[in-house]
Amino acid sequence: MSPGAHNGAVKTELGRRYHFAASHRLHNPALSEEENWRLYGKCNNPYGHGHNYILEVLVSGKVDPATGMIANLADLDGFVEREVLEPFDHKSLNEDVDAFRSTVPTTENLCIEIFRRLKAFPKAQLERVRVQETSNNSFEYAGDNPEGFEG
Amino acid sequence: MVLLTRKIEFAASHLYNNPDFSPEENRRIFGKCNNPHGHGHNYTLEVTVAGEPDPVTGMVLDLKDLKEILEREVMQRMDHRFLNYEVPELAGQIPTCENIARVIWNLLDPKIKQGKLHRVRLYETPDLFADCYRNGSEGAKA
Repeated sequence: MSPGAHNGAVKTELGRRYHFAASHRLHNPALSEEENWRLYGKCNNPYGHGHNYILEVLVSGKVDPATGMIANLADLDGFVEREVLEPFDHKSLNEDVDAFRSTVPTTENLCIEIFRRLKAFPKAQLERVRVQETSNNSFEYAGDNPEGFEG
Repeated sequence: MVLLTRKIEFAASHLYNNPDFSPEENRRIFGKCNNPHGHGHNYTLEVTVAGEPDPVTGMVLDLKDLKEILEREVMQRMDHRFLNYEVPELAGQIPTCENIARVIWNLLDPKIKQGKLHRVRLYETPDLFADCYRNGSEGAKA
């Protein structure tokens, strides 16, 4: 296919959105019951609660002139399914995900954990992840890359 | 620096097929996007321009001007078209979200005289999009 598919002056990223539902409870065992309640409010209710999370994954790389793609969606979807959706969807983040046995599963920490899991995607460079907890709250993480935000 | 974003929607059809691949390879790599008669999407395009607001008008650029540029460069070219056959800028390329976004970037960048094109985001579906930025530190820091 046409070599015109390349353009060094433009950086292109591929964004893909995924959905999962999970429960969590915000509670830090190092703090007293009162402190936890003051800090986390109803998110500290003892049995937890759930959200429909939306995960946005952004990857960058060369657009392959033969396929027109940065990464084949089937590869990205399979990787995210295995690394994040299968272990997180319809689970309790506190109880079912090892990382949150010792870390409070705020959506900030969820972003960091998801980024850590997806960083190894072999077919493209992970730029950042964005997790929407509700339609009013979302969080983004780009690892240590200072240019991971806004291209 | 202020970022201004305008959104437009267009509908178009496409198919993915690389004539250098065998029919089996095309099917394996592109899946149902390789169906021979094509299929379509409602694309959503978000165009972001970066600049300082003019002290007199308070505007980064006049939205009317941006609207006209988008109408001329994108809507007239792509809306209700078959992207493979009717958009010369995509000739010889697979019309993926990545490639269409880059073609749109290259069409818009020279036309935007007030402010600077900062980002082109093209949604093919609500769950799939491509972003284009200017390569290098200038685009990243804007």
